[in-house]
Amino acid sequence: MKLNGENRPLEEPVSLLAYLTALGCDPGKVAVEQNGQIVPKAQFASVVLKDTDELEVVSFVGGG
Amino acid sequence: MLRVMVNGKGEEASEGETLSSLAKRLSIAADVYIRNGFAVDGTLSLREGDQITLIERGKMPDKAQLEHMMTARHTPFVHERVKKATVGIAGLGGLGSNIAVMLARTGVGKLILADFDLVEPSNLNRQSYFIRHLGRPKTEALKEQIEEINPYVSVEIHTVRVEESDAVTLFGGCDVVCEAFDDPASKAALVSALLEGRPSVKLVAASGMAGFESANTIKTIRRFENLYLCGDGTNEAKEGNGLMAPRVTVCAAHQANMALRLLLGITEV
Repeated sequence: MKLNGENRPLEEPVSLLAYLTALGCDPGKVAVEQNGQIVPKAQFASVVLKDTDELEVVSFVGGG
Repeated sequence: MLRVMVNGKGEEASEGETLSSLAKRLSIAADVYIRNGFAVDGTLSLREGDQITLIERGKMPDKAQLEHMMTARHTPFVHERVKKATVGIAGLGGLGSNIAVMLARTGVGKLILADFDLVEPSNLNRQSYFIRHLGRPKTEALKEQIEEINPYVSVEIHTVRVEESDAVTLFGGCDVVCEAFDDPASKAALVSALLEGRPSVKLVAASGMAGFESANTIKTIRRFENLYLCGDGTNEAKEGNGLMAPRVTVCAAHQANMALRLLLGITEV
């Protein structure tokens, strides 16, 4: 799998939500694209990642 | 014989005629000469098709002349493009209020501004509001400023908290939307909802602009096909690392400039 352009092999299929949590991301503060398609926030728990996926995760910090 | 535009009117000029002799011939006591959006010396010769604005200092022009004089400083092809454009701004704090003012000065035709909040004293350290705006909705205070800066911008305001479910209704018709919220979860929610509901809309978001470390760490990067991100990516607003005018304004300027580039059809950062 590719995460933000870098190779990150995936041992086994895992839900996007579990993957983000394992990365240390707060799933509430990210926007995610899977293979060029935005993943709706409501689907983070149901989307399953595969080793062929290209994942882009944009994290936001507070302030404006 | 040359054809030129002078203060919005077609005029003929002779080959080799200078800007100052043209002004004299038209009985305009020009102090400033603008040729094709650029201030130049009056001794320069006119060229075919020049757009000339002759400005008399300290004289208040009528409304039609005012619009022409304001647009004189816009690069001609830029002005025509941005005048037709609509930009949405979600959140009118340090980022959004400054982005709105910059895009109004740039001559963007229509701005859609949304924020639920009122202007309070703690906003004045970085946001584009004045003492006289305290207690008023940010939307109204900003609309009032824009009318004083560039009355030819159409301003649509929504004094509401922008929920994920409203994002497409509010901003779906925009060419570009600037995400300018404070709260990171709201930022992520707006970006996700808008790109899901309107995949073609171009979004310029921000993350990381608190504190006073080097302004050079604030950058614009492209993350998704239609998502641009401005900021340093790490400096969140927290105790001991507050939001201050310089870096917040730098980040707002990154967002406004990327919005302008996108309106001009440029997709590189």
